[in-house]
Amino acid sequence: MTPGSTSGAPGVIVVTGVGRYLGAHVAARLAADPRIERVIGVDAPEPGAEFTDLLDRVERIRVDAGSLGGILADLDVDAVVHLALVSAPDQQHGGRSAMKDQNVIGTMQLLAACQRAPRLRKLVVRSSTAAYGVSFRDPAVFTEETEPREVPRGGFGRDILDVEGYVRGFRRRRPDVTATVLRFAPFIGSTADTTLTRYFSQPLVPTVFGRDPRLQFLHFDDALEVLHRSIVEDHPGTYNVAGPGVLSLSQAIRRAGRVGVPVLEPGLSGAAALARSLGFGGYGLDQVDLFVHGRVVDTTRLEQEYGFTPRSTAAAFDDFIRAHHGGVVVTRSQLAAAEQLVLDGIRQVRSAIRERS
Amino acid sequence: MTGPGEGRDPAGVGRFDVPRAPAAPDAEPARRNGHRPAAQAASTPTPADEVDTAATDEPDDTTAAPATGEPAGLGDPVTGGEPGGTGPAVPDRPGDHWDRKVANGLAFLRRRLSGDYEVDEFGFDPELTDAVFHPLLRLLYRDWFRTEVSGMEHVPVDGPALVVGNHSGTVALDALILSAALHDKHPAHRYLRLLGADLVFRMPVVSEIARKTGGTVACNPDAERLLGGGDLVGVFPEGFKGIGKLYADRYKLQRFGRGGFVSAALRTGTPIVPVAIVGGEEIYPMLADIKPLARLLKLPYFPVTPTFPWLGPLGMVPLPSKWLIQFCPPIPTAHLTDSADDPLVVFNLADQVRETIQQTLHTLLERRPDPFGP
Repeated sequence: MTPGSTSGAPGVIVVTGVGRYLGAHVAARLAADPRIERVIGVDAPEPGAEFTDLLDRVERIRVDAGSLGGILADLDVDAVVHLALVSAPDQQHGGRSAMKDQNVIGTMQLLAACQRAPRLRKLVVRSSTAAYGVSFRDPAVFTEETEPREVPRGGFGRDILDVEGYVRGFRRRRPDVTATVLRFAPFIGSTADTTLTRYFSQPLVPTVFGRDPRLQFLHFDDALEVLHRSIVEDHPGTYNVAGPGVLSLSQAIRRAGRVGVPVLEPGLSGAAALARSLGFGGYGLDQVDLFVHGRVVDTTRLEQEYGFTPRSTAAAFDDFIRAHHGGVVVTRSQLAAAEQLVLDGIRQVRSAIRERS
Repeated sequence: MTGPGEGRDPAGVGRFDVPRAPAAPDAEPARRNGHRPAAQAASTPTPADEVDTAATDEPDDTTAAPATGEPAGLGDPVTGGEPGGTGPAVPDRPGDHWDRKVANGLAFLRRRLSGDYEVDEFGFDPELTDAVFHPLLRLLYRDWFRTEVSGMEHVPVDGPALVVGNHSGTVALDALILSAALHDKHPAHRYLRLLGADLVFRMPVVSEIARKTGGTVACNPDAERLLGGGDLVGVFPEGFKGIGKLYADRYKLQRFGRGGFVSAALRTGTPIVPVAIVGGEEIYPMLADIKPLARLLKLPYFPVTPTFPWLGPLGMVPLPSKWLIQFCPPIPTAHLTDSADDPLVVFNLADQVRETIQQTLHTLLERRPDPFGP
């Protein structure tokens, strides 16, 4: 497979999860591509009003995943983009059990439907770098071959492992379908609204005491680009998708002009559990584990196969900071001014002492 | 940690007193022993202005003082009135030595507070290492342990190499000392990327210090990634068997594990540089190991030394042994790249490294009859 091969642009595409931010943007972008005939958005819940203007060129159907099988066959679908994953439990919509239903059962039913769709040639599944799990014995940088050493504590991480397991099974049963699994680093960007962007938007940011995890982010626009290329080009396999480079959490908090508040780890786990039971906040054990261990992936395979390098983690984070300067506690210019002030003060004191002596 | 720092500066102060009180014969060994003149200096409090006038008498000593001077000392404008060797007597104009130091210190603080620095994918922060950790370790290895390093020419100036050393001393201070001494004494000032046990990375705070100073978990993917990137990697294959051995077994190399370090070197065709470190065994001589307590605390061992746990936190101060570090000629592995999975080749090479280190240890010990000598 040569990078940038465009022979395989499919005619009819089904995108799941168009009721969510990522799905809506991907569907809109694919609909705008003239090489693609039809884009059909599938989503079970009522799509939010904010995305309806994005989706005017996308045909939308609302079905539960169980009855998808017939639809995929009837529509002569060429490609399926599976984006309907929930990364954090939503208390208004059934909490963790609904999240697991959507992630695990939803994927299972979708893949069962895909298996029976005769014309299907391509499957693109959204995964996450959470697939690597967390362990203290983990290597510093994960390549696509790294096996998770321990099953993650967080619900999302466990779901991701299940989802990838089903995709492996699907690959065995339908070797004629080009299956692409994209392990995305956490999204960030000027407009994206995710658990992490909400986290970094607070003026006081809780961190885990004694831990300064290495983080990687992916700019939302680069995620769209990679998903788009996965559809119109052929890239079978599993790929890490992340911005090259690393920010440590403390560094990211300082760059954003926020103040980190270290919390003891058992306290944070307890607080996360409490927040969950009280029904607010999207923080779960997934986030706590990320903030203890950090997660860095190798993106060499993506760069070689796609011929595309996402903007660096630092650049993606800068873009986010520019859009979210509301809750800034200390700015760079204030720090520079303080530096000048202290330096001048010391010079004055020293010259005064010099004159007296 | 503060012991050596306080030990050196008062030593300098003590020498300023030379014209007034003829304590010259005492001053010279005091400086070398580091910790002794602290008491002496405390007994003879010297007002700051006297230091200032004395400093003009002995300008050669004052040039040594700023080298160890921490930024914390900059706040004192009186000691800032250094002649600086040749400069005119008005040193507080912008651009003089202390002004530059203050400005650099503030700029460093500003960069840290605004996150304006780079961290590599392993979490290594060269700026923080240079500005904070290495100066602290420098006090320790140079002034407290009087470390002598030889064979530096065996460490390549560029390209990857695997530095393999003997582990000792209850607390793995030898790894830190080795990395700081290597960085200071090596012509290219290379950083040694240490591979640590996963216990290190389980502990909060410690794990982050390890990562920020260039360490990572001892596993083959990380070792090969670092070596593939042309880094200098430091590894102690004895692991806890090495640092947790009793004082009676000092300088007896323990088993070298499964030789994972050899296969990492073979796979990347990296030369292995054995290094022998003498002095680490005496810093916390471990007389006994309370195994039930270790099991309770989930530690590999619970040490009893002449000072720990009897003196509490004071027992954590390492004894000031004399250190010798010798790098041995590199063992090339480029011709063995295909046999990385051949256990016989791996074990033979591991044995060769082990023998080299053991023999060098014996030679170094002969050169150092008194563990606490000058």
